Amino acid sequence: MIEAYLPIFAMIVIAIVLGVLLLTLGRLLGPKRSNSEKMSTYESGIEPVGTAKARISVKYYLVAMFFIIFDIEVIFMYPWAVNLREFGVSGLVSMITFALLLLVGYFYILKKGGLEWN
Amino acid sequence: MHQYIFLTILFPLAGFLINSLFTLTNFLGWRTKERETLVGLFSSLMIAIPFGIVVAIFLEMLSEAERPAHLVEVYQWMNTGLMNVAIAYQVDTLSVLMALIVTGVGTLIHIYSIGYMHGDDGFSRFFSYLNLFIFAMMNLILGANMVVMFLGWEGVGLCSYLLIGFWYDRKFEGTAIVSTGDAAKKAFITNRVGDFAMLGAMFLIFQTLGSLNYTDIIAKRDAFDGTTVFWITLLIFIGCTGKSAQLPLFVWLPDAMAGPTPVSALIHAATMVTSGIYITARLSPLFLMAPQTMEIIAVVGAITAIFAGTVGLVQNDIKKVLAYSTVSQLGFMFLALGVGAFQIAIFHVMTHAFFKACLFLGSGSVIHAMHEEQDIRKMGGLRKYMPSTSTTFFIASLALAGFPLTAGFFSKDAILAEAFASGHIVLYAIGTVAAFCTAFYSMRLCVLTFLGEERFNKSVAAPTTSSVAEQEPGGGHGDHGYDAHDDHGHGDAHGADGHAIHPHESPAFMTVPLWILAALSLGAGFLGLPAVVTEHSWIHGWLESSVMQAEAAHHLSHETEWILLGIGSLVAVLGLGFGYFVYAMRIEIAASAKRSLAFLYTTLLDKYYIDELYELLFVRPVQWLSDKVLFRFDTSVVDGTVNGIGDIFMSLGNGLRKWQSGVAQNYAVAITFGLILVIAFIAFR
Amino acid sequence: MLNDLLLTLPITIATVWVLVLILCEAFVHNANLTRWLTAIGFAGIIASIFLIPSPEGYAYGTMLRTGTFTNFSNFIFAVSGLLVVSISDKYLEEEEINFGEYYIILFISTIGMMLMGSAANLSVIFIGLETMSVALYTLAGMLRKDVRSNEAAMKYFLLGSFATGFFLYGIALIYGATGELALPRIAASLQTNGVSTLFWIGLSLLMIGFLFKVSAVPFHQWTPDVYEGSPTTAAAFMSTGSKAAAFSSLIIVLSNISIALPNNAVLQTAFAYIAVATMAVGNITALTQDNLKRMLAYSSIAHAGYMLVGIAAGSNEGYSGVLYYALIYTLMNVGAFGVIAVLERHRTLTNASDYAGLFKQHPLLAGLMAVFMFSLAGLPPFGGFVGKYKVFAAAVEADLTWLAIVGVLASVVSVYYYLRVVIFMFMRDPEPAPQANANATGSFALVAIAVIVFLMGIFPTEVLKLADNAMKVALK
Repeated sequence: MIEAYLPIFAMIVIAIVLGVLLLTLGRLLGPKRSNSEKMSTYESGIEPVGTAKARISVKYYLVAMFFIIFDIEVIFMYPWAVNLREFGVSGLVSMITFALLLLVGYFYILKKGGLEWN
Repeated sequence: MHQYIFLTILFPLAGFLINSLFTLTNFLGWRTKERETLVGLFSSLMIAIPFGIVVAIFLEMLSEAERPAHLVEVYQWMNTGLMNVAIAYQVDTLSVLMALIVTGVGTLIHIYSIGYMHGDDGFSRFFSYLNLFIFAMMNLILGANMVVMFLGWEGVGLCSYLLIGFWYDRKFEGTAIVSTGDAAKKAFITNRVGDFAMLGAMFLIFQTLGSLNYTDIIAKRDAFDGTTVFWITLLIFIGCTGKSAQLPLFVWLPDAMAGPTPVSALIHAATMVTSGIYITARLSPLFLMAPQTMEIIAVVGAITAIFAGTVGLVQNDIKKVLAYSTVSQLGFMFLALGVGAFQIAIFHVMTHAFFKACLFLGSGSVIHAMHEEQDIRKMGGLRKYMPSTSTTFFIASLALAGFPLTAGFFSKDAILAEAFASGHIVLYAIGTVAAFCTAFYSMRLCVLTFLGEERFNKSVAAPTTSSVAEQEPGGGHGDHGYDAHDDHGHGDAHGADGHAIHPHESPAFMTVPLWILAALSLGAGFLGLPAVVTEHSWIHGWLESSVMQAEAAHHLSHETEWILLGIGSLVAVLGLGFGYFVYAMRIEIAASAKRSLAFLYTTLLDKYYIDELYELLFVRPVQWLSDKVLFRFDTSVVDGTVNGIGDIFMSLGNGLRKWQSGVAQNYAVAITFGLILVIAFIAFR
Repeated sequence: MLNDLLLTLPITIATVWVLVLILCEAFVHNANLTRWLTAIGFAGIIASIFLIPSPEGYAYGTMLRTGTFTNFSNFIFAVSGLLVVSISDKYLEEEEINFGEYYIILFISTIGMMLMGSAANLSVIFIGLETMSVALYTLAGMLRKDVRSNEAAMKYFLLGSFATGFFLYGIALIYGATGELALPRIAASLQTNGVSTLFWIGLSLLMIGFLFKVSAVPFHQWTPDVYEGSPTTAAAFMSTGSKAAAFSSLIIVLSNISIALPNNAVLQTAFAYIAVATMAVGNITALTQDNLKRMLAYSSIAHAGYMLVGIAAGSNEGYSGVLYYALIYTLMNVGAFGVIAVLERHRTLTNASDYAGLFKQHPLLAGLMAVFMFSLAGLPPFGGFVGKYKVFAAAVEADLTWLAIVGVLASVVSVYYYLRVVIFMFMRDPEPAPQANANATGSFALVAIAVIVFLMGIFPTEVLKLADNAMKVALK
């Protein structure tokens, strides 16, 4: 039983050894010459503008969350669509129920003004 | 009739619930006199009806030739698992007699309280507590198994706590305590010690028998071996020393006087404190199997009797005198139990309930008249203002002193005779001396309160006043460390209150109960006439079916018994006479005796320094440790071992609080540690 | 399919009703209406449990269990929800968070609990746990403008997810060890294939998920912070419903596993030690708490310890004791939090000393609080005593007498901090009087709770029989 895990164990060991080895090598062999240019923020060669902690409107997050919810709905539909014939009528009913549940949520969002941008 | 016994439990409960409702809905918001009387009469009725029922049961049993114990099961409380607990009541001669005392005296004290508590903010709260107390007490004495008994036992403890602390905002100065709240706490905590012992005894019994019914315990008592029965009885007795204020756990009772006076009369004189005697009598067959325990009980009882009796000699607070007197009388009762005279002990419980309740209620009447003054050195000459109170007080004092043919005479002399007959000559002698002290301080109390010169409108500390020659010079007592005494006349501390006191007789609500109790103090003794008069007194015949006496019924020859009776009478009369002589005629004797025996006097006044001893043994070491060993460890005032333990828990708790850093990462670390522990334990054990 | 819907009627009702609630809130947008509808929903669930109790068996394959155990646990959750709704309205209005969503989320959380209490499959337990927890995280942060509430939500979410991670990992390992997710089949697999170390590790991780939810030591530290920060009514719900759900799930898992591993000494000892640590830490720390909600939080840790005593007993007696305890604890703790919720306003009345003289201002509420405190302290004749008696007696029967003694001592310690509140209310005079006002519905609900707590102490036999019965049939 435990032998079956040997490849995984070997994988873990290799990953650890490799990681430690590469970092250590880089630190030991690499030259260390720091100057102000090197220490500055890297923004693809363009001069840094402002602070990184900009405030973003919470609306973005709302939209992102809504997107995820309805995205996942679609993901659930793929396996169902592939096995449509095996699942038959009960599968269809289940999927319709599932979609209806999300529809209720959609109406809620709509009425609460979750999609209004102002 | 006996099947209606549960009504005697239900009525006080209903009274409590309805009174609580009054309280919670602020029924007395207008605080009119009519409403007070209504609440008071209602509560009294809730006790009077059970009294009527108990009387009916009593009369029914009286007419029966055989008086078997009736078991009345109300319902199965917890009918599952290991132990089935039934709410069941046992109606036999013992419990009926106790129920008569509790409801009878209880009714009188309820009625008295209507007058006494008049105008108090907590009027309906007071009556709801009183009803709750009667409810718990009835469970205690009527319960057919030790579980119901213990529920009642805890219930009366709770009520006692609530009622001692009833005037929680008042100051009360006792030893090492400063407020009524502290006094209540002291009573509660001291009683817990005894309760644990009682619980231990119940566990031992249950372990052996698998049942806690009295009938089972007594029927199957042969199942216990000698050691078990010794430990069971000893633990029960320790429980009783807490509740019934015996050495060494008596310290709470004198401080319990912080409660309203009817409470002192009902709980701390007539009923609750005698529950220890009741339990012992109830399990008398078990106790008779443990002679060592019996010896311990007899010795503890006798020592408590003399100890508290001597302390009572010099106390100056009218209620403190009575409190120590109660402790002393309870000592007598335990002496009786210890020598195997269980029925006599119950007899004394009864007579004591009458005269001590009367005394306490009388003192309440006096305190009422004196505007909350309790120092007998500031009374005197009250006889002409309060004829009813003084007469009843005198009668009850005579009964307490054991004056021939009063109630106390018969019961106390029966105890001493039994002690003598069972061969405990030393204990007999101690008891006789204690009886002398009792007579002496009873008379002292009467004389200083009711006779002589009126001292209440004078400054007590005035050293020139001859009548207060007993008064020590101001501050002459302050050389032992602290001055938390309740009764040291430190000059202007009490002094003239600025306005004169005009004593007056109390209303009829208060005097009628006094007269009834006084009559009982005179007459109740004839229920237990000594063997020399009737071979079989009524009380023996009554209790025969429920309380076992020691086998050797201690038959004394008639001559010996007459001699003992004579000695008893002589001691009482001498004590009373000597007390009268000293305090009414030659007050200077007391003063000079105090000077020449200054050491003894202060020792007595300070109750043999028992409180200080506890302070020294338990409290100070803890304080010293925290002061000296844990540098500048800022302790709050530690006033008891229990608080010491409490402090340990508190510091533990404070330590654990530090663990609660508020940082989520640290919590995650703790979870991870827990995870490692659990996996290590379960998966790789 | 239709049959399954009927077999799990409470869950079906709840799921349909929550859609109604959401649509109602979306279109009508009236918090009071939503509150009433939520209460009706809970009442409907309770009614359906009594009117159409589900028969013994499985629904949706072997996904859900039905029968007496499920009925009993569903009842606890619905009661918890209903009571919390009934004490909420005044508090929410005072705190200006009277949103219909509060009630909807509460309701959704209850659906998660019901799934946990009727699961027969580890994946269902997980779904139930997450449905419940995510809703609770939201409730914790309901006071949006309050920093402590935000902190509470954040902490609860972070640590809850942390624990859920372990839980899921445990499920994975158990699946790896036995190849099954359905609990009866896991037991069968253990019986035929034996028990591997992998399974034990998985079970430990699973247990940690539950122990976190019931706030057992050392997984308890989130509790005081979260209860203190959350809206009081939400804390009442977290401390009762979610705890009962975690315990009923734990009982389901353990009773199934005990078919394969009867009277496992290692599990018993592990739970006994955790119970001791939980009782000790909960009670001792509660002694030093001035803040009443924190005190109640530690007290809820301590009560989890008492219930773990029943779990450690590992017998039907113990488990049914836990069920009874969960019910009575739900009642008395919602009551205690309810008194606070009815009185407090914008984080006033936080310390026990703030309740000084409450008796003079609100004698009724003070009396009710005293009942709840006495019952929590386990004093007879209140229900809390019977609960403690039952679990401790089960421990004695399972030869864990020492554990029962520790439990009794711990509850003796607890009397101190409960009575302190009572002493403040009855035996101290009010400081400059705090502005406190109570409303009728809340007070009425609290009176009803107090009466039931009292009755469950005096006439416990019938309810105890129900709890016993729930275990007897569930554990064949």
